Amino acid sequence: MAISDVQEYCHLTEADVEAIGRELDALRERVERSRGAKDAAYIRRVIRAQRWMAASARIGMIVAAPLDKRYRRPLQAASAVSLGLAKILENMEIGHNVMHGQWDWMNDPEIHSSTWEWDTGQPAEQWKHSHNYIHHQFTNVLGYDNDIGYGVLRMAREQRWTPANLGQPVYNALLATLFQWGVALHDLDLDAIRHGKKDPEEMRRQLAQIVRKGRHQLVKDYVLYPALTGPRWKETIRANVAANLMRNVWAYLIIFCGHFPDGALHFTEDELEDETRAEWYLRQILGTANFEGGPLLHLMSGNLGYQIEHHLFPDLVSNRYAEIAPEVRALCEKYELPYTTGPLHRQYGQVLRTIHKLTLPNRMTKDDRPPTGEGVTIEQHQRVRHEDTHQRRTELGAWSRAAGRSRA
Amino acid sequence: MFTDRVTSTTASRDAQTTPRDRWGRVRRGLDQLTTPLLPDDYLTLINPLWSSRELRGRVEKVVRETDDAATLVIRPGWGWTYDHRPGQYVGIGVQVDGKFHWRSYSVSSPPKRSGRTLAITVRAMPEGFLSDHLVNGLAPGTIVRLALPNGDFVLPDPPPARSLFLVGGSGITPVMSMLRTLDRRGTMGDVTLHYASTTPERMIFRDEIAALHAKHEALTVHEWFSDEQGIFDLARLDDLVPDWRRRETWACGPAPMLDAVEQHWRDADLDDRLHLERFSLQLKGDGGEGGLVTFQNTGREVEADGATTLLEAGEQAGVGMPYGCRVGICHTCTVTKISGTVRDLRNGDEFDQPNEQVQTCVTVPVGPCTLNV
Repeated sequence: MAISDVQEYCHLTEADVEAIGRELDALRERVERSRGAKDAAYIRRVIRAQRWMAASARIGMIVAAPLDKRYRRPLQAASAVSLGLAKILENMEIGHNVMHGQWDWMNDPEIHSSTWEWDTGQPAEQWKHSHNYIHHQFTNVLGYDNDIGYGVLRMAREQRWTPANLGQPVYNALLATLFQWGVALHDLDLDAIRHGKKDPEEMRRQLAQIVRKGRHQLVKDYVLYPALTGPRWKETIRANVAANLMRNVWAYLIIFCGHFPDGALHFTEDELEDETRAEWYLRQILGTANFEGGPLLHLMSGNLGYQIEHHLFPDLVSNRYAEIAPEVRALCEKYELPYTTGPLHRQYGQVLRTIHKLTLPNRMTKDDRPPTGEGVTIEQHQRVRHEDTHQRRTELGAWSRAAGRSRA
Repeated sequence: MFTDRVTSTTASRDAQTTPRDRWGRVRRGLDQLTTPLLPDDYLTLINPLWSSRELRGRVEKVVRETDDAATLVIRPGWGWTYDHRPGQYVGIGVQVDGKFHWRSYSVSSPPKRSGRTLAITVRAMPEGFLSDHLVNGLAPGTIVRLALPNGDFVLPDPPPARSLFLVGGSGITPVMSMLRTLDRRGTMGDVTLHYASTTPERMIFRDEIAALHAKHEALTVHEWFSDEQGIFDLARLDDLVPDWRRRETWACGPAPMLDAVEQHWRDADLDDRLHLERFSLQLKGDGGEGGLVTFQNTGREVEADGATTLLEAGEQAGVGMPYGCRVGICHTCTVTKISGTVRDLRNGDEFDQPNEQVQTCVTVPVGPCTLNV
């Protein structure tokens, strides 16, 4: 079975599939050729704005400390919001996209996928493996893509139900509030650890890396900056918790809307077989969902509202996704392919419904999306340990002076 | 480039603690507040030169030297040491259409520890899109990237008693740095400068050289204008500089001139007294056998022949390869070769160890190889 046997694609001839691939390749090439000074100015502007927001938030809390409560509280609140927004911008529009290599073409060592380290719990090196490679290569393939439920949630009917799934609403709330730490553990591959398939040596290496990075993050937000505000340290901790919470919930929301709304399908190992580049494109379109919104919403979500475009061209500059989206959509219409999109609240509503439905065994609920195949379960597939077949990218953010040491 | 920087930090740590070192320690202490970024990343919001993460500088002045040449006076930012040796070149990275392009140019200013600027002199080459941009398109205030000084085409300290400089066209720039150094240190010995240019108008630094000549009796200057006089024939050197065999010689200019000079000195069995500076890539190896180049992180593969460098192969495959000078000088293009053998085109050296650092712009595959890009 190949991807063209998936029901949504049955009407396509082999020539159609190749033609779609060619059109998408041409689209990519056109954008690549037209990249220039304006795009470079864009990312520099975003980075500058983000750093000003972060710096003024930190300084704001320190300045607020000796003030009277009347002035202190609003200043602290504004600082917390500014810090939260800065973290969101850094993670979504800057970090995520820079690490995809979207800005590597600028040949600027300071804005480059090999040197970027981001302001969140997960070390860049592990992200580039779990996200750029595993998730983007094997998007929505059951048993391959760990982003299906992050090893915590049951997000597909094909995942076997266990009584532990009854706690899903709680796990979901925890995942949303602690999202950065959930992501930090992501590349450890909790499923593999549970099944005893994780190389203990590699696990130790990764854990050490996570602990080191996590410690820096925690000391910064919950020790140093509170200490700088003297007797107001408790209020600063509260403000920083609020900022991190804001970022966590937002990042969780955006990411869950990328692959779990009803239109986004799952695939099986069989569909990966002999997959061509054009078929890979098709799988990305069908496994992904967009959401609609204004320019500010798209900026704050790292342009992941254009998730379909991002999955087709993960290393194409994010500020151009909006421009190519109508063309991708027109292409889908031309070939009668689904192009899943909707307002953010509807997309997330579908996600929530799926999470709660799958709390229960399959026989007690009805499926909202086309089934992946008759009687397909995730256990049918021999999970491939990607570490066995793929060498990791080893560079850490050269950014941090700790980089040399943490390469251990 | 990178190793150089490491060495220079170690060197300064061995010496007594300077205020700059102390300031560096403070900044390292502040790292914890800005992690995962550096304090420098925030300081550049205020002044782009306040960062030592990447060396950078601000173009202070663009001084026109001739119709097609200009001197860029650059104010370097943090981390610059001002102690280049006269004759060395620096890498300069300039953003054009959003993309950094790197080239290397000789420093024309003399080294000065207390200095605040350095100067490079650039001639706009007809086919050189970056040199043209530097001469005609660079506004004062532009921020450029810099790479620390490098190169063996240098004047020893103390200088030799008798020296000869053979210069063609813009090859004057490293020599000018040497002459200015000799002048500043008052160590101008018996120096002869033979300087060829197409026309008097295109001769860079002509007035300054005349002034130096007037100031120092021991400095002999021969001007040669090839549009009127034709290409200088080295056989005539015996008439012009009878004692050239006894002089330490530095030659810098276009490739055909350097080839002739090299041959002339070799024939006289005097290679060890000759110093050459070439800016174009001179390939000595026969090329590799070619092979399949795999780019680890993108999973792309490309079949490259023995004349295609790894950099070119990567670009053909659409991999975002880092690059700089493209002639093996600046090391910007260095990546880790995970497996396979590659050959250095400049000297035929082969690199066959796993996980070696290779300069992709001057190496070609010998059989299949895998790069960590």
